[in-house]
Amino acid sequence: MKPAPFAWCAPATLDEALDLLAGHADAARILAGGQTLGPLLNMRLATPSILIDINGIGELAGLHPDSAGLTIGALTRQSTLEDDPKLAALQPLIAMAIPHIAHRAIRNRGTVGGSLAHADPAAEWPALATLLGAHLLARSKSRGRRLIGAEEFFITHLTTALAPDELLCEVRVPPSPPGAGYAMLEFARRHGDFALAGAMVRLTSDAGGKLTDPRLVLFGTGRRASRARRAEAMLAGVSAGTALFAAAAATAATEIDPYDDLHASAEYRRHLAAVLASRALEEALARMNGKRHD
Amino acid sequence: MNVRDFRHIGKEMAERPELRRFLSGQGRYIDDFALPHMLHAAVLRSPYAHAELRSLATAEARALPGVAGIFTAADLGPAPQPIPVRLNPYATLDPYLQYPLAAGRIRYVGEPLALVVAASRAIAEDAAALIAIKATELPAATDALADPPAALFPEAADNIACRFTDGFGDLGEAMQEAEEIVEFAFHTGRHSAVPLEARGLLAAFDPGRRRLDVFGFTKVPHFNRAVLARMLGLPERSLNIVVPDVGGGFGVRGEFYPEDFLIPFAAMRLGRPVKWIEDRLEHLMAANHSREQHYAMRLGLTRAGRLLGLEVQLVNDMGAYMRTHGVIVPELSAGMLPGPYRFTAYRCDVRAVMTNKTPTGTYRGPGRFECNAARERLLDVAAARIGIDPAEIRRRNFIPPDAMPYRLGTRALGEEVIYDSGDYPAALADVLARSGYKADRHAAPAGGPRRGFGIGCFVEKTGKGPYEGARVALDPSGVIEVATGATSLGQGLETMLAKVVAEAVFQAPERILVRSGETGLLQFGGGSFASRATVLAGNAAWQAAQELAGRLISAAAGRLGTTAGNLHLVPGAVAAADGNTLTLSELAHGADPLGPELAVTVYFPTPHMAYAHGAVVASVEVDPALGRVLPLRLWVSYDVGTVINPDIVGAQIEGGAAQAIGGALLEAFVYDSAGQLQNGSLADYLLPVADFVPPISHHDLGRSPSPLNPLGVKGAGEAGLVGVGAALANAVADALGLPAAVDRLPMTPERVWRWAQAVRAAA
Ligand SMILES: Cc1cc2nc3c(=O)[nH]c(=O)nc-3n(C[C@H](O)[C@H](O)[C@H](O)COP(=O)(O)OP(=O)(O)OC[C@H]3O[C@@H](n4cnc5c(N)ncnc54)[C@H](O)[C@@H]3O)c2cc1C
Repeated sequence: MKPAPFAWCAPATLDEALDLLAGHADAARILAGGQTLGPLLNMRLATPSILIDINGIGELAGLHPDSAGLTIGALTRQSTLEDDPKLAALQPLIAMAIPHIAHRAIRNRGTVGGSLAHADPAAEWPALATLLGAHLLARSKSRGRRLIGAEEFFITHLTTALAPDELLCEVRVPPSPPGAGYAMLEFARRHGDFALAGAMVRLTSDAGGKLTDPRLVLFGTGRRASRARRAEAMLAGVSAGTALFAAAAATAATEIDPYDDLHASAEYRRHLAAVLASRALEEALARMNGKRHD
Repeated sequence: MNVRDFRHIGKEMAERPELRRFLSGQGRYIDDFALPHMLHAAVLRSPYAHAELRSLATAEARALPGVAGIFTAADLGPAPQPIPVRLNPYATLDPYLQYPLAAGRIRYVGEPLALVVAASRAIAEDAAALIAIKATELPAATDALADPPAALFPEAADNIACRFTDGFGDLGEAMQEAEEIVEFAFHTGRHSAVPLEARGLLAAFDPGRRRLDVFGFTKVPHFNRAVLARMLGLPERSLNIVVPDVGGGFGVRGEFYPEDFLIPFAAMRLGRPVKWIEDRLEHLMAANHSREQHYAMRLGLTRAGRLLGLEVQLVNDMGAYMRTHGVIVPELSAGMLPGPYRFTAYRCDVRAVMTNKTPTGTYRGPGRFECNAARERLLDVAAARIGIDPAEIRRRNFIPPDAMPYRLGTRALGEEVIYDSGDYPAALADVLARSGYKADRHAAPAGGPRRGFGIGCFVEKTGKGPYEGARVALDPSGVIEVATGATSLGQGLETMLAKVVAEAVFQAPERILVRSGETGLLQFGGGSFASRATVLAGNAAWQAAQELAGRLISAAAGRLGTTAGNLHLVPGAVAAADGNTLTLSELAHGADPLGPELAVTVYFPTPHMAYAHGAVVASVEVDPALGRVLPLRLWVSYDVGTVINPDIVGAQIEGGAAQAIGGALLEAFVYDSAGQLQNGSLADYLLPVADFVPPISHHDLGRSPSPLNPLGVKGAGEAGLVGVGAALANAVADALGLPAAVDRLPMTPERVWRWAQAVRAAA
C-alpha cells in the first residue's frame, strides 16, 4: 500500500495552481483534504504523475454570507462548517448533513470542494448542492470563470462537468426561503459510512398552507443524487398530508436508477428510498409547521 | 492457601507492569525495529482464485533501480517443504498443505507468487507491479455446499479434505422417543480477526556464525522456530527469536505463514536484514479467515421441552489450503456444540471442504462463536414450537452443578470433553435478573422500531495443554525474575505473572520482573492461544515460585545460622523470628554456585482443559422497514474460576463482546463466483466502531474454581465473545417476532429487511 511515484507541487496562489493545471491537466490530480485521494493513491487506484496540492491557497477557504446567499470556498474543511454557529440559521440543511459525513477526524481535513469534485453518488454534498440549487464556480486558464448549476455539474458516478484543467473554487448557495422546513435522513451501516440510501427534503408553503416549490432529493440510490421531479410535482400546490407523502415517496422511488453493490441490492435501495423519502417529508412538514425544532 | 487469603490475586493492581510502557508510547512493535543495511520486502500475490501458473516474467522488475532480489518458487530450491499443521496434524491433511510460494497451481486470490526485496517498500511494490504473470484461469470453487464438489488438488478425488463424526448416545432411539422434531439450518459468515497492528517480520542472518535473528514471531515462537529451522536446514538453537509487543493477536497473528519462511530465507540469500510489514489489504486477503460454517440440525425433544437427540451436519469451508490449525475449528464446533445442556444422544457429521478462497484458521473463540449461535438459535426455535419462553427451555435442560465433573461424550482439541465445574443455571438466572429480560419489549408503536431480547448460554474450553513452563529465579538485585514460554499478546500476561509470583514469594508485584516469549528463556514453550496462558503458565509460575520461596529460606537459614522453621519471607528479605534479616540481594550475592540453584523451572501439565461458562442477554432495536439493527445493551454473566486481575478479565469480556458484534452484524468476507474478494479493504469490510458497541455490563459469578489446577483458574480470553453472536441473533428474531427467521450471520440490513418482509407476507 505505497503509492506509485509522483511529483508534488504546492502552489501558493490560485494563479500558480491554474498555471500548473494548464500545463499538466491530464497527468495531474488536485490534492485537497486527501481523505479520498490518499487511499486511492496508496491502493494505486489513482496513479497521477503530479499532485497539485492546493492546501496553501488561503483564498480558497472560508464562508462568505451575503444577500445573495452563502458562498463557501472549495478548500473549506467540513469541520469549519460544522463548528460555525451561524450555519444552522443560514442553511439548516447543510448543518443537518455535515455530521453524517464520515467521522470528525476526516471532516477536519476533508473539504467541501473535494467532496463536490469527487461526486460520489452517496455523498451528502452533491445532494445538498442539488436540492439547494447551488452553483459551482470553476476556473481555468483556458476557459476563465464558469458558473455551473449543480444539476449540470454532477454528470454521473464520480464524474463532473469539470474539465481536466479546471479547478473548483467555490460553491454558491442561495438563501434559505423564509419558513422552510428541512429534513435529511439517511441509512448507513455504521454512522459515518456512505449512505445505502438517503433523502433530503425542503418544504415551503404559501399563506393558504399549500406547498410551494417542494424539493425532494434522493442520494445513494443511483449514479448521482437527483431531484424526484414527479414526486415534487405531486406535492406542489397541494395541502400537505401523510397519505400524499407516502404516495409521493413511492413515486420518487420509481424515479431513481439504483444499483447493486456489496451492501445493498438495487431492489432494497429502492425500498429504502421510499421509506426514507416518506419519513423525511413528514419530518420536514413538522419542522415547517414549527412542531419540531431539533 | 485459601482464595480469601490472597494479597494480590483477585485484587486490582495500582500500576500494572505493562501499562506505563503501552500508555506512554514505549511499546516496541515489529515496525519499530530496524537494523543497518535493512531491505524491505513486498509480496506479489495472485490476482486469480484458481489458475495454472505458466510463468512469471521478472526481468523488468529486476532491472528497476533499488531492487535487491526477486524470489519465485523456482528459487526456493529443488525440494521446498510445505508449512506443517501445528494442532492435531493428521497425515490425511498433507496433500492440502501450502508451500511458501505457488508453483504450478494457484488456489486463491492473495496467494504469494513471488517475494520482491528492495531498498524501500515503495520500490518493492513498484517492482512487483512490473512482474508479468502468465496463467491460465480455471473455474473457481467458492461454495463449500456445491454438489458435486470440484476437485482442486491433483492428489485428491474431490475437495472434501476430511470427514469425521463426533457424538454420543443412541441417536435412533432418542429420535424415536421425541414428540417434536425441529429442523433448522444456520450459517455463520466468513470473517476474521483484524488486529490494529497487522503482521510483520524482520530477519537478519550472520553468515560467519550461521546465526539467524528473527523479530516478529508472536503467539507460538517455539513452534515457529522449529518449523523455520527445519525448512532452512539450521539447528533450532541457531535461531534467535525476539517477540516484540503485539497490537492484537486474536488467533490470526503469529501462526506460521508463507512470509514467516520467505523473509528469513531472503535475508539468508541476500546477506542483508529484510523487513516485511503486512499492510491492511494483505491482511484482509491473505491472513487466515475463519468462521464460515453451515449447520443443518435436527432436534428431537419432548412436548415438555426436554432435549433428547440432536443430529447435525456441519460443513466447514476451509479455503484453499490446510494451514497450521488443520481441521481443529470444525472439531471444536462438533465437540462443543451441546454446550451447557444435557442431550441423551448427539451426532455431528463434519465435512471440511476446500474452496478457492483464503485459507482459514482460528479466530478468537474458534468454532464456538459459530456452534453456540447455531445451537442457541435452534433452542429458541424449539421453545417457540412448544410454546415456552426461551429462558424456560434452557432451565429445563441445563447440566446441573451436582453433575460436575461431567463427561460430555465428545472430543475437543484431541481430548475428551469433561466439564470440570460450573453452575450453568446460576449464570442464566444472574443474567436474567441483571438485564430485566424482556421488561420493555415491543414498547414502540406499530411500524416503528421494535425491541428484542435474546439469550446466549455457553460453555467455553480453556487452558489447552499439554504443558507450559515457567522459570522463577532470584536476580542479584533482589528482584524475582519469572520467565515463561507463553507470550504476551497484549492480554496482561505480565500483570498476571507478577501477581502470581508475588503472592508465592511474599514480595510486592513491582519487584517481579516478567520475561516472556523469547525462545532462549526456556527450552520448551507452548505459546499463547486457547485461553491457556493463565491456566498453564500461571500455575507453572505459582508452583515454581513456591518452590523457590522454600529454597530462599533454606539458603538463608545456612547463612543466618538458624533453621528454616524460624524464617519467613518479607518484602526484600528473609527475616528471622529474632528480627535478624538477610536481604534477597545479599542472599543472591552470597549464593553458593555448588549449592541448590536459586532458580526453579516447573512445567505445569494438564491432561484436560478447564471449562469456563456463562450466559449473555442482548437487547436490540430493530427498525423492520429499514432493516436496521441497533445493539442497545449486552449483559454477560460468567464464571472463569479464580480471577487473578478483575479489570483484565473485564476488559477481555468487553473486547470479546465487541468482536462478536462485528461477526453478528457487520463482518463477512464476500466473494464473487470467480473467487474475487469483494470487500478487501476497511472501506467495505466493516468493523464495529465505538458508537456501534453498546454498553456491556458484566458480572463475575466467581463460584466455580477449576479443580484441575492449584490456582483454580480457567482461561478468560475468549469467554466474552462466544455467547454474544447467539444472543444478538436471538434478540433480532425476538424483535421481529418470528423465531425461525434469523438463519444466518451476519445480520446485514438487507437480510433483516427480507426477514421482516417474510413476516409481513406470512401475516
Ligand atoms: C472513512 C471515510 C468515510 C467517509 N464517509 C463519507 C460520507 O459519509 N459522506 C461523504 O460525503 N464523504 C465521505 N467520505 C469522503 C470524505 O468526505 C472525503 O474527504 C471527500 O469526499 C473528499 O474531500 P477531500 O478534501 O479529502 O478531497 P481529496 O481526497 O483531496 O480529493 C478528492 C478528489 O477531488 C479532487 N478535488 C479536490 N479538490 C478539488 C478542487 N478544488 N477542484 C477540483 N478537483 C478537486 C481531487 O483531485 C480528487 O480527485 C469518507 C471518507 C472516508 C475516508
